Amino acid sequence: MITLAKALNAGLRKAMENDPKVVLLGEDIGRLGGVFRITDGLQKDFGEDRVVDTPLAESGIVGSAVGLALRGYRPVVEIQFDGFVYPAYDQIVNQVAKMHFRTSGKIAMPMVIRIPFAGGIGAVEHHSESPEAQFAHTPGLKVVACSNPIDAYWMIQQAIASPDPIVFLEPKRLYHSDKAELDLAVPPVPLFSSRVVRRGEDVTVLAYGPTVKTALNAAAVAEKEGTSLEVIDLRTLSPLDLAPVFASVRRTGRAVVVHEAHTNLGMGAEVAARITEECFHSLEAPVLRVGGFDTPYPPARAEEHFLPDLDRLLDAVDRSLTW
Amino acid sequence: MSEFVQLLTPEGERREHPDYDYRGGPDQIRSLYRDMALVRRFDAEATALQRHGELGLWAPLVGQEAAQVGAGRALRAQDHVFPTYREHGVAWCRGVDPLQVLSLFRGIDYGSWDPVEKGFNLYTLVIGAQALHAVGYAMGVQRDGAVGTGDPDRDTAVVAHFGDGATSQGDVNEAFVFAASYQAPVVFFCQNNQWAISEPLERQSRIPLYRRAEGFGFPGVQVDGNDILATYAVTQAALQRAREGGGPTLIEAYTYRMGAHTTTDDPTRYRLSDEVEHWKLKDPLARVEAYLRRNGFASDDFFAELGADADALGERLRAGVRQLAEPTPHQLFDRVYAEISDELAAQRDAYDAYLATFEGAAS
Ligand SMILES: Cc1ncc(C[n+]2csc(CCOP(=O)(O)OP(=O)(O)O)c2C)c(N)n1
Ligand SMILES: [Mg+2]
Repeated sequence: MITLAKALNAGLRKAMENDPKVVLLGEDIGRLGGVFRITDGLQKDFGEDRVVDTPLAESGIVGSAVGLALRGYRPVVEIQFDGFVYPAYDQIVNQVAKMHFRTSGKIAMPMVIRIPFAGGIGAVEHHSESPEAQFAHTPGLKVVACSNPIDAYWMIQQAIASPDPIVFLEPKRLYHSDKAELDLAVPPVPLFSSRVVRRGEDVTVLAYGPTVKTALNAAAVAEKEGTSLEVIDLRTLSPLDLAPVFASVRRTGRAVVVHEAHTNLGMGAEVAARITEECFHSLEAPVLRVGGFDTPYPPARAEEHFLPDLDRLLDAVDRSLTW
Repeated sequence: MSEFVQLLTPEGERREHPDYDYRGGPDQIRSLYRDMALVRRFDAEATALQRHGELGLWAPLVGQEAAQVGAGRALRAQDHVFPTYREHGVAWCRGVDPLQVLSLFRGIDYGSWDPVEKGFNLYTLVIGAQALHAVGYAMGVQRDGAVGTGDPDRDTAVVAHFGDGATSQGDVNEAFVFAASYQAPVVFFCQNNQWAISEPLERQSRIPLYRRAEGFGFPGVQVDGNDILATYAVTQAALQRAREGGGPTLIEAYTYRMGAHTTTDDPTRYRLSDEVEHWKLKDPLARVEAYLRRNGFASDDFFAELGADADALGERLRAGVRQLAEPTPHQLFDRVYAEISDELAAQRDAYDAYLATFEGAAS
């Protein structure tokens, strides 16, 4: 049994063993093993050239990772907390994202930017943000989010092997909570694919990262009340893999998207629009969104209000069913 | 550039320095000591409160009392400070209620004091961002004609606090450039506590930090950050220079983070206890106490009374923190804009209606 944190650690280790060009960069990732211990022990085993404690400067980290990539390395960058990715924003959206396009396709940017994201850990300011839509809105970047240890183990390796730059979102509140059995004999699903994680008949619930667990918990409760929820883990936010979603919605006729990020212009808006375009005649109700409010992430003792929890999700399910 | 400024040795002996002098008498030194002792208690109480689950997090300042109280006490009322998340000692000197600092770390708000009234901005957690704010504020001071008038109640200086790690950030370096370019009345007060979480100073800089200033075109000075007479004297001189229109100064307060980075950090993973033991001998309070006692400037009664005051402070904080009002869902929406949009107000009202559906229901 393995936690999500340990699974990422094992996946990173595997990627580093498989490819000597993989280099990890970040603040406190060396001797400390990162503030979440995701890189625990890696510097000891792979050395300071491959697990690099950087000066305290995010633009510096991502910008120098661009240079390393140009030189043939595969940088895997750790941003310590979601809220601290913004000093690197220019490097990510102007440099990393556009390199392949600007070089007429001659140069790829095989970089992974790991970001512990989202809230629910009672943290101080800037430590609970969900910036995924900002990156998914940027052509040239790919964005994925893992939700469980098994996916984490495979997805991080697939992301590192991918030739394109990937923003890799890790639900920090699940790092050390749930464990899963990692069976290496079971092959992974492709990186850019969504996955049905619970079959159901009445309403399709779409989630990713930390809200997959919320959705599964809601489905368990709903079942007792006689409602059957189908839960899909989107896993990839850019590109989206919506074929399984369309197939599901054509059956259920109802969809609810749930994420922690602000609702306005969040991933849910895009997903809702696409479902409407593809499944209009199957829909019994509008696609509903349950998300963080359009406010900054609140102080820890108010975060329960902000976070879409089981009740708010089930409330939306009810509204969908009674539309 | 000046050499390392130390005016009181770890043993409590006064030292001469060619450029700096502490001119206060025993009364003032006792008063500086008093602030350091109370701030140390405040910090210890907060760490204990975090352990008891009353705070979500705490960033201890223990070991940095002299740097912070020295810098804080050198200020005038009209000066303005831009702190990091560790400047509890400066907050104290600015008259911020410690309970307001605890309220932030309890997770009730992001800072509830009035930055204008206190001359003390909110804590900034994004490393280095506040350095630019300080420079911009100082540019405003220049435009208001509050520099170089010779009026001690008008001429204003601004202080930007940050750590050794922060000196790597673009924002801090840009702040240096802007401040130099406009000769802004700002003092960059860098507490070099030797560590940025697990990363030692050598990761950020190959030369002493104060020497960076020269390359940007303003003076830098390195001060014994555990010597409050020195931090006070050096800060006061730099503030005065700024108020007179002399432009920015970088002060490197050479000190040590005796505690963990925050209460979630485990420093035994990355640093040796020998190092901590070595710095214990340079304690900022012990040297002042030794000085006061040896010279007969403070009696047992003084220390006993101060101990009682610290106990009372501790009690006030322990009781007060539990009584802090919880945040309300309305604050979430009502604090976003100066003028709330209809759209957001509708979201607030819908959430109200949603919450109302739970009333009376057994949850
Ligand atoms: C932009 C940004 N990146 C990363 C962090 C996470 N972080 C918080 S404190 C810290 C180290 C700061 O070190 P230093 O500037 O020396 O200040 P100290 O904590 O030692 O007082 C880091 C990396 C942050 N708060 N902001
Ligand atoms: Mg430091």
